[in-house]
Amino acid sequence: MINGPLIIGISFAYLGLLFAVAYWADRRAEQGRSVIARPTIYALSLAVYCTAWTFYGSVGRATENGLGFLPIYLGPTLMTLLWGSLLLKMVRVSKAERITSIADFIASRYGKSQLLGGLVTIIAVIGVVPYIALQLKAIAWSFTILSHYPEVRMPVHGNGPFWGDTAFVVALLLAAFTILFGTRHLDASERHEGLVAAIAFESIVKLLAFLAMGLFITFGLLGLGGPALPPIEDSPLLLPLLEPSISPFADWFAISLLAGLAVMLLPRQFQVAVVENSDERHLRRAIWLFPLYLLLINLFVVPIAIAGLLTFPDGTVNADTFMLTLPIVFEQPWLALLVYIGGLSAATGMVIVETIALSTMVSNDLILPALLRRWRRRPPAADLGRLLLTIRRGAIVVILLLGFLYYWLAGEAYALVGIGLISFVAVAQFAPAVIGGLYWRGGTREGALAGLSAGFLVWIYTLLLPSFAKSGWLPRAFMESGLGGFDLLAPMALFGLSGWNEITHGLFWSLTANIGAFLFVSSLRAPNAAEASQAGIFVDASRRTALASAPLWRGSAEIAELMRLAERFLGSVRTRAAFVQYARSRGVDSPEALPADAETVYFAETLLSGAIGGASARVMVASVTDEEPLGLDEVLNILDEASQIRAYSRQLEQKSQALEAATEELRAANIRLQDLDRMKDDFISSVTHELRTPLSSIRAFSEILFDDPDIDFEQRRRFLGILVSETERLSRLVNQVLDLAKIESGHADWRTEVVELQTVIHQAVSATEQYVEERGCRVHLDLPDESAMVWGDRDRIVQVLVNLLSNAAKFAPTGSGEVWIRLSPADAVWRVCVEDNGYGIPESDLELVFEKFHQTARGGAKPGGTGLGLPISRRIIDNLGGRIWAESTPGKGATLCFELPAHPGNPTDRRPDHEPNHE
Amino acid sequence: MNKRILIVDDEPNIVISLEFLMMREGHEVRVARDGEAGLAAVRTHRPDLVVLDVMMPKLDGFAVLEAVRADPGLAGTRILMLTAKGREAEQNKGLALGADAYMSKPFSTRDLVDKVKELLDRT
Repeated sequence: MINGPLIIGISFAYLGLLFAVAYWADRRAEQGRSVIARPTIYALSLAVYCTAWTFYGSVGRATENGLGFLPIYLGPTLMTLLWGSLLLKMVRVSKAERITSIADFIASRYGKSQLLGGLVTIIAVIGVVPYIALQLKAIAWSFTILSHYPEVRMPVHGNGPFWGDTAFVVALLLAAFTILFGTRHLDASERHEGLVAAIAFESIVKLLAFLAMGLFITFGLLGLGGPALPPIEDSPLLLPLLEPSISPFADWFAISLLAGLAVMLLPRQFQVAVVENSDERHLRRAIWLFPLYLLLINLFVVPIAIAGLLTFPDGTVNADTFMLTLPIVFEQPWLALLVYIGGLSAATGMVIVETIALSTMVSNDLILPALLRRWRRRPPAADLGRLLLTIRRGAIVVILLLGFLYYWLAGEAYALVGIGLISFVAVAQFAPAVIGGLYWRGGTREGALAGLSAGFLVWIYTLLLPSFAKSGWLPRAFMESGLGGFDLLAPMALFGLSGWNEITHGLFWSLTANIGAFLFVSSLRAPNAAEASQAGIFVDASRRTALASAPLWRGSAEIAELMRLAERFLGSVRTRAAFVQYARSRGVDSPEALPADAETVYFAETLLSGAIGGASARVMVASVTDEEPLGLDEVLNILDEASQIRAYSRQLEQKSQALEAATEELRAANIRLQDLDRMKDDFISSVTHELRTPLSSIRAFSEILFDDPDIDFEQRRRFLGILVSETERLSRLVNQVLDLAKIESGHADWRTEVVELQTVIHQAVSATEQYVEERGCRVHLDLPDESAMVWGDRDRIVQVLVNLLSNAAKFAPTGSGEVWIRLSPADAVWRVCVEDNGYGIPESDLELVFEKFHQTARGGAKPGGTGLGLPISRRIIDNLGGRIWAESTPGKGATLCFELPAHPGNPTDRRPDHEPNHE
Repeated sequence: MNKRILIVDDEPNIVISLEFLMMREGHEVRVARDGEAGLAAVRTHRPDLVVLDVMMPKLDGFAVLEAVRADPGLAGTRILMLTAKGREAEQNKGLALGADAYMSKPFSTRDLVDKVKELLDRT
């Protein structure tokens, strides 16, 4: 009952239905009631990811390696987690810049480079055309298999002329259909509403077909009706399905990553997910709905694979055809037809969208730049729009014919069968440039070119050429031993890396080369003005809700020129409409009144970008305007005022904090200075007071002696004695004040020498001998035999000792004074104590005695000193690294001690005159 | 014109000079070496005039001055402040507290003798 004409009829009916859906959606769009402005439609259109390779191939993959088909869907599912940032940025940037394709996207990011756009296009075409061939093959085969109903017969490849091949007819039909939908307008950045609606519809059809088939088989397996399947045995064929494993993990990881990248970077995925996106909020639903779709379409893969292996145990039926051959063998004609339609949906959806995306890239990034170069010499025809449409249509036909040609030549070869993942690896090469470009400002045009080239060359070497070799088109020896017979260069085990499957291996090396070259070459120079400007737009995309169209352009332009330019590509009606709308948005009555400033030029360039791509648009606009090049500094200045202002305010904040801290420091310093000033005042006041006292006596006695010549001799002599001693006191005071000032200011000269304390003590004792005797005092020495060596300034130490000795003698009771000098070692120091048997020092004064001009009247008598002796001693000992303090039992005398660090080693060795004589 | 003079100062040589000067004028002179002793001497000996130093151990001159002025029984005692602190603020403080005269060190012996004479004549 199923025959060729019926299948053809149904196929055409189905395509007609698609056409009707698309037409209806376009009409709705024109009436302003867009059907695709729904998040569900957007999510379903993303399912163009599931091609015939999914529809038929998943079952085939499952029969070979169990769950090995899953990472292809697991990767995209995991990747949706990142869409909130990654895909959102891509959508925002693309809308603002009117990006038309992945090639346009990458070219725009790196300073609108035509060369880069061209390279991306070439990689995409080479990588994806075999994949298109796979779809053509699927349609042709499913048609052939179904036409033999109820017989199960595998199609034979390539008998007869190519024009008789079903695939050829299919290719031509699809070309026509694609042209009808994809190139009605020139502006590729305008959404193809009808097309998207049709794709979403196809997604529903293929899912329903797969689910119907899955339920039918599962019921059979469970014995709930459906087909009578043989019982499941422990057949070795079923082993991978019955005992699934996820090893080796490296392959799972690699293929998940690969598929996750492909779901955004494949030209058709970029087309539906980014270019056709009508509202970035749709992403939110897609993030869960799209993974759900992937889950549903994979739900019955394993049961169908098991049923297929049970039904066709001898291996004569290709596992990729189980979807179709199972309903045939169980004589379910309507189910078989439904599956056929589902497969047709999957294949046509992919082919149409992919071809539109590729043709846009080919015309905008390959052919147009070449034409632009030619037009520089020869002026182009007036209506460029029509010419461009023709180019794009031609590209569609050529791409589909290339697909057919590859299918025709490759046939059953591995180069076609295994092309799915190999294609994915090719487009994965866009990842460093795209993702790096969205998150890193440092990427340059050369970096992206180097990365893409390196990755693509490694891809050819490790994946494409081996697939040719496996197909027998190249000597197999090439695969095993590599170029020139170097084992290290073996394409399947590059640099000795083996143990991974070929996809993992190829992905690893190509991405390593790609990322390495991208980063290294980018690091060779700082981004130039154009790159830095684009980097700002791309990297900051998620931060700005409405992309500020930061136009980085300076020069002179004429509105009329710009409009004439746009008219040549878009036609006068659309150009006029666009300019009028733009003029209104800027509050100007007519386009002619628009200011020819950077913003307007940017608008014109973006308008043209939608038609001919960013790189070409820049060249075209530059040809009618007079642009002054902006220096990098200028670009960076204008580029991100907001971020600069942020930076400034942050700096300001920091500075004001620093200022506050400085103020605090200054305040503290000021307080310290005030304290010092007060101390200085006090000191001066103390000094003057101390000076006035002896001066008073001197003046008084001088006047007495002068006024009264009759004073008797004894009296006179006594007064003169007072005069002499007060003068001495005065000069001692002056000397000590100067000495103290010198030590305190750090200007004192300190000698460092090895000093023996015993010697110093004897020196001090003889210096004070006279005074001590006058006081009727006895001095006792208690010194060890071992020489007490310290580092220090001999004279200064003598000064301290003299001070302590005369103090002790002064405070000891007159006539019965006893002074002890004790020298003893302590923990790494030498300690000298001078003890008297005077009244002692009250405990509260033990520290005060070291303060300037603090004189304790011990036992009621006013001491005759300057009040500077102990303060000076303390400063000397501090300076020599020791410490000085007072101890006292009030009433029983005071002890003043100091310690100095002991000089290490045998001191006698250090004396020059004791050095061993080597003569 | 024989008056009782009390010298309160802790500087022995200044005391000697003051003592000599006052005795030369024919006064009866007593000496105290610190504030406490000075105050006690004022109370016991009732001098006509006190030559009072400011900076002294135990009790300074201002405290002695205050105590004397607070005692109505000592109302007739004339006080001449003598200090090495020559600042005006000190001088004002002394006069405010009730000192009859204020001289700073080093002093002119002639001025001092005149001032003492003047103060004693005021009676």
